[in-house]
Amino acid sequence: MNDFLAMGGHGFFVWSSYGVTAVVLAIELFSLRARRRAAMKQASTTGDAR
Amino acid sequence: MTTLAQPLATEADYGAWAAIRLAAQRDLKLALRSRAELGVQLLFYVIVVSLFPLASTPERTLLATMAPGILWVAALLAALLSLPRLFGSDYNDGSLEQLAMSPYPLPALVTGKMLAHWLTTGLPMVVLAPLLALQYGLDAELVAIVTLSLLVGTPILSLIGGIGAALTLGVRGGGSLLALLVLPLFIPVLIFGAGAVDAVRAGLSASANFSLLGAGLLVALVGAPMAGAAAVRIALD
Amino acid sequence: MNLYLFSSPATFYPLAGRLAPWFAGAASILGVVGLWIAFAIAPTDFQQGEVYRIIFIHVPSAWMSMFIYLVMAFWGIMALSFNTRLSSMLAQSLAPTGALMTFIALWTGALWGRPTWGTYWAWDARMTSELILLFLYFGVIALRNAIDDPRRADRACALLSIVGAINVPIIYFSVKWWNTLHQGASVSLTAAPKMAATMLTGMLVLAFAAWFYTIAVSLWRVQAIILERERGAAWILSMRKAKMVTA
Repeated sequence: MNDFLAMGGHGFFVWSSYGVTAVVLAIELFSLRARRRAAMKQASTTGDAR
Repeated sequence: MTTLAQPLATEADYGAWAAIRLAAQRDLKLALRSRAELGVQLLFYVIVVSLFPLASTPERTLLATMAPGILWVAALLAALLSLPRLFGSDYNDGSLEQLAMSPYPLPALVTGKMLAHWLTTGLPMVVLAPLLALQYGLDAELVAIVTLSLLVGTPILSLIGGIGAALTLGVRGGGSLLALLVLPLFIPVLIFGAGAVDAVRAGLSASANFSLLGAGLLVALVGAPMAGAAAVRIALD
Repeated sequence: MNLYLFSSPATFYPLAGRLAPWFAGAASILGVVGLWIAFAIAPTDFQQGEVYRIIFIHVPSAWMSMFIYLVMAFWGIMALSFNTRLSSMLAQSLAPTGALMTFIALWTGALWGRPTWGTYWAWDARMTSELILLFLYFGVIALRNAIDDPRRADRACALLSIVGAINVPIIYFSVKWWNTLHQGASVSLTAAPKMAATMLTGMLVLAFAAWFYTIAVSLWRVQAIILERERGAAWILSMRKAKMVTA
């Protein structure tokens, strides 16, 4: 396990790469979900009597 | 029904060359009316070029190494500063719409405007470049190379920059947005233009750089008028 | 079946909703498989040791960054030729993911460059043109946000992405044209690959994972865009009545 994390001494580089990728993808997915929710909420209330 | 001795107009009167001439002459006339503005732009170029040695006070050889890059970056900045004017004032007073509705082909009119822009901004920079390059301690051969690179490269800036200027007409954040859109396309021109001097300094020939710059100029000459005209129509609709 | 059936936002919306989960699921499975190959199966590299494993993210994201831009430019051409709203909406939905892939490619490239080449960054042809690509994506997104009229924004962004598309072949061929820092192509459509089979497999699996991820995200995003831009349309109101519009 330690070897796995150490990645031959280059653990920082490998895990920063995979880590930042994961973070960036998560940010995209979360912001997309927020955008969809906002759009659906607005779509579902448009046209209602004020 | 009377007929005229000669037709009112021929096709050539509204052809591409006539359009280029018309637009270029009009823009030059307008630009020369505000000579002060042209002078200010040129002064901007000179001042920016002079800023770098003032900021870092490097010694002679380092200055000479930096010179082509500085001259080129300053040329880019000066071009960016003047590009909004390319279509801006015509757009604001409605004459751009008139030009678009005229029988002249719009791509040709756009080419004429880009030509006038280069003659009033790019060409003066090319003329001044040798003086500024000498100020940086470049020797004669390198001065010639950098001037030639600017001569071939600055028209590309006017051509591609014109597309960006048309796309951002009347848009929020105009000037900075124009820079964001157009600088990525300028970067290869900058790299090959400034790199020509570095190539010669390293003992290689600058022919590759000039070939690429020339190719870029040809592609821009073919593509930019059409893209610029399309962008103008998008802005006007 | 008439393909043009789905060329309107109203008909494409439910189709996107049905397709997206499949692509998301496929992306997840391929992602897991790819990561398994990347870490459990692919052997240690003879020259680079373990750090080469960054390749499994770097190459797929770089491929996607270029591919997405070309698809975006393609939809721009469709939009300008046929004047369809949906084409522009699809282009609009691709830009953020494309920018993200470009960022990941640049970031992982830098982290790979440091231990192998000794530097995080060099101004070589491929790296510089990939950075230009990131700026081009930002430009398209910024132009979209700056123009208020959606139809004008559609056409302007379409034109901009078409003009910028010339950068993509430059990125791709830069390693062949210029002999600078970034290594040459190891994978080509015509020649045998110059890397171990397991490494290649892992890379391809994750490339497909990235592709399906992009499609899923893009379909979901285009649904949001459709709702935003077609606000008040009758089909949305009736869909709401049918309670199909849920989070």
